[in-house]
Parts: sequence; C-alpha cells; structure tokens
Amino acid sequence: MITLDLIVFTVLALFITVSAVLAVTTKRILRAATYLLFVLFGTAGIYFQLNYSFLGAVQLLIYAGGITVLYVFSILLTSSEGDKAEKLKGYKLVIGLIATVAALGICLFIMLKNPFVPSNFEHGELDVRTIGHALMGTGKDGYVLPFEVISILLLACIVGGIMIARKR
Amino acid sequence: MFDFSVVTNWIHAQLTAVMPVGLAVFLECVVIGICLLLMYVVVAIIMIYMERKVCAAFQCRLGPNRVGPAGTVQVICDVFKMLTKEIIIIRHADKFLYNLAPYIVIIASVLAFSCIPINKGMEILDFNVGVLFLIAASSIGVVGILLAGWSSNNKYSLIGAMRSGAQMISYELSIGLSILTIVVLTDTMQFSEIVERQADGWFIFKGHIPALIAFIIYLIAGNAEVNRGPFDLPEAESELTAGYHTEYSGMHFGLFYVAEFVNLFIISAIAATIFLGGWMPLHIPGLDGFNTVMDYIPGFVWFFGKAFFVVLLLMWIKWTFPRLRIDQILTLEWKYLVPIGLVNLLLMVVVVVFKLHF
Repeated sequence: MITLDLIVFTVLALFITVSAVLAVTTKRILRAATYLLFVLFGTAGIYFQLNYSFLGAVQLLIYAGGITVLYVFSILLTSSEGDKAEKLKGYKLVIGLIATVAALGICLFIMLKNPFVPSNFEHGELDVRTIGHALMGTGKDGYVLPFEVISILLLACIVGGIMIARKR
Repeated sequence: MFDFSVVTNWIHAQLTAVMPVGLAVFLECVVIGICLLLMYVVVAIIMIYMERKVCAAFQCRLGPNRVGPAGTVQVICDVFKMLTKEIIIIRHADKFLYNLAPYIVIIASVLAFSCIPINKGMEILDFNVGVLFLIAASSIGVVGILLAGWSSNNKYSLIGAMRSGAQMISYELSIGLSILTIVVLTDTMQFSEIVERQADGWFIFKGHIPALIAFIIYLIAGNAEVNRGPFDLPEAESELTAGYHTEYSGMHFGLFYVAEFVNLFIISAIAATIFLGGWMPLHIPGLDGFNTVMDYIPGFVWFFGKAFFVVLLLMWIKWTFPRLRIDQILTLEWKYLVPIGLVNLLLMVVVVVFKLHF
C-alpha cells in the first residue's frame, strides 16, 4: 500500500542517506559541511512529517542555523581553498574500516533485536505549553535539573572561550 | 471579516470528491507552492520599484519614469534582462558550492515568507511554534552567504561574507529578544493566534512602553539582519566592490538581489503582524460603530498597508543615515541593543505579571 506518507518518507530517507555518504566521501572540507547541512535538513523534514514541529524547528535553529554556521565560520578562518583531505593509508585505513564495521554492526544489532512497540502516536501537533512545562517542571517528569546543568556547561564554555581568546 | 479558509475548504472538498485524499493533498501542495512563488516574485518586483522611487524621492530625483506609466514596467523589463544574461563560471572556484549558494539563500527566504499570515484563514505554514520556526528558517540564509563568499575565490567576497555572517548572527539575537517580548505578552507562538489576540487593540498599544521599545529594537535589528540601511557593510561599494555577490552574474546575482528585497519585506511583515496587528483591522474597544466600519476593509489590505508602511520606514532610515563601521555595528548590537532588549524582556514580564497592560 503506497501512501503519500510513505513516498515522502522514502524521498527524505534517500536524501539523508545520499547526503550522509557524500559528506564522508568528499575530499573538500567545506563541501562535507554543506552535505552535513543537507543531512540535518532531511532529519528536520522527518520531524516535520511526524508532526513534531517543535523538534523540527529546533533542529533547524540549533543544528542547521547554529552549528553548521559555526563549522563554516571556523573552516573559513582556518583553511584555504586548496586544502584537500589526504587519502588514508596503512594502519589508519584498517582502524577506520574496523570502526565503521563495528558501528554498523552495533546499529544493525540494536535495530533488528529491538522489539518495537506498536506505534501509539497521536496525530496532531504537540502543544508548546506542554513542552515548556515538561522542560521547566520540577515534578516527576520535569527536566529542570538537566536544563540548568546544561546552562552552566554553556556558561563555562563561554568563559573558557574568552579565557583562550584573551590570552596574550 | 471574510474568512479565506471557506475557499480552501471548498476546494479541498471538491478535490476529495473525485480523487483519493493523498493525491488531493499532493495537488493542493503543488498549487500552493506555485501561488507562493508567484506572490514572492510579485512582492519582489513591487519592492524593487518602491525602493527606486523612494530612493529617488530622498535624493530629489524622479526615478524610473520612461517605461510604462510612471516607470512601472521598468522593473519587469529588468527581470527579463537579468534572466537572459550569461551566468559566468569562475575558474579555480568550487563550482558546486558556487552554484548552490544563491539557492540556499532563496530557500531560507521562501520558508520564512510562507510563515506570514496574509488574511484570516490564509496562512500557509501555521505551526504552533510559528515564531520559532520563522527564526529558524531565516537563520539558514547565513550559510548561503558564507558559502557564496568562500566559493567565489575572491578576497572581497570572503571579507564581505565574514562581515555579513558576524553581523547577521549578532543581530538575530536582538530580533529574537524583541519578538520574545511580544510572545510573553500573548503567551502563544502561533502567528494566527497572535493576530487573533489583537482584536481589541494592537500589541504596540496594549503592551505600551515595553512593546514600543521592542518595536524600535526590532526595526534597528531587522534592518541590520537584511544587510541594509546604515548596516550595509557586507556590500560596502567603496571598500568591497559588491561584497559576497561580487562574482555572481545573471540570475544567480538576481536571486541574491530578490532575496534581499523580499527579506526586507518579511522583516516588515513580521513587524506588522506582531506589533501592528497583521490583517486585524484597527479596533478601539467601546466604539462599536467605528469597529464595524473598519471590518469592511478586507484583511489583506490592512496587512499589505501595514507591511509597506514599515517598509517605507526602513527605506527612510536607509537613505537618510550614513554607513557605520563594522566595529561600530558590533558595539551597537552587543553593548546597547542586547542589554536593552534583556531589560525590556524583564520589564514586559513585570508588566504581564502585575497585569499593567491594557
């Protein structure tokens, strides 16, 4: 049974896979960053297809609009146009191959062994108010402690960045 | 008020009567996409014409006045000229990224454009996180500009792109803070809902002092966000030829140019929506006769009237003030606008908690 949902998912999944493969096989670092941007777009598209627009918007805002810009900025500042990745040789190639196969094996093992519960997803958008209360709640399912811990981590990163940049 | 969703629901009912729902939805998506792109182009043409006329007025000139009545066909001719021009390919440039960059900029712009509610029941993307999605979509454009500058293999372009990136990322903060001030007042992030809440007075009146401060911050930051006005550093002609789009020709340059003007319109339309009530007519509580008369003016007339009024304000600023230096731009943002915005957000929270708003 081919539905519109299935077609959209297939297109998105193909887009993500092709971009992901291109991101690791290309030799130019800025191209890799651009393909990574495409992967993140595709992931956001899947969130939107699941009707979870909050996570989709956050994915676009944080990853596509924030982290990729950071990557591109640092590439612009540090490397010149002629820079190309060298071919992997010798033991590096072997280690890389082993790591890849191991990661693939772990992912496949988990995906094939996991008994997926039948989806009880309710269609329709999740209310922002619910997300907000869950994120800042102190009760049983509240996430206020991780939220605050992450904010302290970010503050530490900012202070550290200033310390490194200001060192004369 | 005329509800446009009557029309869309009728079309949906007619389509589902003769074909399966999936196909109907697909066809509707295609039609809406075409309508969106057409409106995008029309808005761009109007904006470019307006820019040339307003600029001429401020410089005591006439502006375009030869082609068509009052020069109205001039911009359409320019579009066709741009379409027929050759697209030059730069040697020793990364061709893939070079050709991709204008499209990333335009996609970000179209995504943001589709969030704007034009009339009652006439909004294309209306998530309940609409404001967040709009900020997210408009933040993608920076990537396109950075890629354009880098892949042109030209030092002017690269400097222009770096300046543009620094400027846009910084000023996004102020835009976010000033929009957040209004979100605190409305307690919703859905654009249609934000407009509905302004039925008994626009937010700039309901939120009085903090809303007014947020509006002014938003106008300044918005002008900087679209690289215009006194903040057009990325393409400062006297220093950088044309900044990040120096090497682009033909329609690739045209895409940057169009995106810049439509981004200006989007900034103005968002200002009109969240501060001046969007398509909501001017209602004064208590004067029912006046309110009924105002309701007879269609919503999209109100919306476009307000949006183009804000556009005029921004163009006025652009053609009046001299250009800032890059350090002055960053000082203005980080040392003045962000602290003022944060304090203003706090002020708005106090106003909302103690119910001091109207």
